[in-house]
Amino acid sequence: MIVILKSFFMKRCLFFLIFSVVTNVSAQEADDILARVDQNMSSTNRIFESGMTIKGRRTSRTILSKTYASGNQKSFTEYLSPASEKGTKMLKLKNQLWMYSPSTDRTIQLSGHMLRQSVMGSDLSYEDMMDDRKLTEIYDARLIGEETLDGRKTFLLELTAKVSDVAYYSQKVWVDNERFVPLRQEMYAKGGKLLKQTEMKDVKRNGNRWFPMTVIYKDMLKQGDGTVFTITSIVFDQPIPDHIFSKASLKQ
Amino acid sequence: MKLAFMLAYRNLLGAGLRTWLNVFVLSFSFVIIIWLKGVLTGWDYQAKNDMTHWQIAGGQWWHQAYDPYDPLSLGDSHAMIPEVLNNLIENKIAEPMLYLQASVFPDGRMQQAVLKGIRPEQQIFSLPSQKLDTITDDLPIMIGQMMAKSMRLSVGDHLTIRWRDANGTFDAREAEIVSVFMSNVPAVEAGSVYISLTELQKMTLLHDQATTISFAPGHLIEKPENGWELKTFSQLTKSVDEMIQTKSFGQTVLYMVLLLLAMLAIFDTQVLSIFRRQREIGTYIALGYTRKEVVGLFTVEGSMHAVFAALVGAVYGIPFLVWQATSGWTMPMDTSEFGMAIAQTLYPVYSLQLIITTIVVVLITTAIVSYLPSRKIAKLNPTEALRGKLQ
Repeated sequence: MIVILKSFFMKRCLFFLIFSVVTNVSAQEADDILARVDQNMSSTNRIFESGMTIKGRRTSRTILSKTYASGNQKSFTEYLSPASEKGTKMLKLKNQLWMYSPSTDRTIQLSGHMLRQSVMGSDLSYEDMMDDRKLTEIYDARLIGEETLDGRKTFLLELTAKVSDVAYYSQKVWVDNERFVPLRQEMYAKGGKLLKQTEMKDVKRNGNRWFPMTVIYKDMLKQGDGTVFTITSIVFDQPIPDHIFSKASLKQ
Repeated sequence: MKLAFMLAYRNLLGAGLRTWLNVFVLSFSFVIIIWLKGVLTGWDYQAKNDMTHWQIAGGQWWHQAYDPYDPLSLGDSHAMIPEVLNNLIENKIAEPMLYLQASVFPDGRMQQAVLKGIRPEQQIFSLPSQKLDTITDDLPIMIGQMMAKSMRLSVGDHLTIRWRDANGTFDAREAEIVSVFMSNVPAVEAGSVYISLTELQKMTLLHDQATTISFAPGHLIEKPENGWELKTFSQLTKSVDEMIQTKSFGQTVLYMVLLLLAMLAIFDTQVLSIFRRQREIGTYIALGYTRKEVVGLFTVEGSMHAVFAALVGAVYGIPFLVWQATSGWTMPMDTSEFGMAIAQTLYPVYSLQLIITTIVVVLITTAIVSYLPSRKIAKLNPTEALRGKLQ
């Protein structure tokens, strides 16, 4: 009887040991994947021109802009078209956002809950645009499988928030297993409801990194085809003069 | 003086149709003025009564950052419910409510809304909050008819609610509408989704927190705790007072037009009387009346139109006003879009003060209008007047 109990106890110990090793390996591997994703997606600074196409029920419109971003603390965006938005500028410094409107020639500061409003009717909020923190800083990752997406093999990661001030409590990320670029992200509410989905396409090599040039944002609770964000040109780690990230540049 | 009244009475009756036409026009002014003033008083009464029962109770404490006109400030407008109120809350004399901004998605259409947490067992407001205790698979919510109409929703419909908790993390749940209520207070209905207070506190990680605390009438504590601001009943109903004042001014123009028409007729009658009754005036003076007495006689005669008008007005006005007070006046347009506490049917309220004030104002105005042409009598030459010569 004792022998049987001993054997049972040892089997259980062995099972837990193997399980925890496998889990740790999986977590370690997931963290490594996420770190490589961050290497591709994050940069010291970047300058890019982009088009944001907001698809409504009946019509769609495209807003072109040029953005200068330094780390995740500073960014400056100038809208280039359409005529109604041309000259509108946005400056983000840490967690503050200023917006200059040429029609009123006034600069206003967006703060608190205003940052949660949609950017020009798109599926993105100002906060979404501002939150450039690395995924490894805010999420714990777990590798939950491997899938093929649009002909590309991907790692499927499940991310769970490890900090409290995060917009989406959990995410599922499909990461290209060769290029380490996310090809799809699903953002979930705390209660588990799917809120947003982003799809990254047109992945191109830029220097020593891979980067998606098109991102489709879709608010899953809302009707409509989402917002297509297309980068027409991008350069990484170029020197950006400090005066760009000043309030004075808004009115220039 | 008694003789003056008797003469005036006889002369007025003798003038026949002309008198009754004047009296009718004036009586119409009486009734309309009392009715319109009654409607405004009724509106004032109804609005404040509805606001008491649906929105503000007997006064409130607001979190110091709460601004009902700025939904974006709602995220920062909450604090722990002061412990000193625990007893009042337990006895349902004080009622905490928590407000937070959220998005609702009925059929994939996104709408901004304010989530209002209220205790299902509360008794201060007429809101059917007990329905929030309904057992459903989804989160039980209730909305006002105005919102139900604009979003084309009804009881039993489901929608998704998305909000952010205290840390800014998104959360979303399916909700089921368990009640659609109707009030006359747009602020209670427009863009508001009611859910159980405890549930909202749990959903947003704002345990034991509130945005406003309402007190039952007569129980308002006028010294709020730190971080809270006192809002008395009169402060909260100031907008109603201002609206009534504006409407009252607008109505005064109408009263003036009505009175002007009536006074014009009386003035005209007086001028005609003095012109046509010069021989009579001469006779009065010859019989020993002083000129002042003759002026008084004619002034009384003119003023008596107002007395007759009050009596005639009472004959048809009282049934009309009573009927209006009981059946109400239903406005031809949809009042829910007005943006303030106004019922579709208004019930006029007539106070004794209103009736007496109206009678006195009309009487004094008529007396002045009657006196003005009568002053001419003082300049008449009695001999010439006796002869009936036009002067």
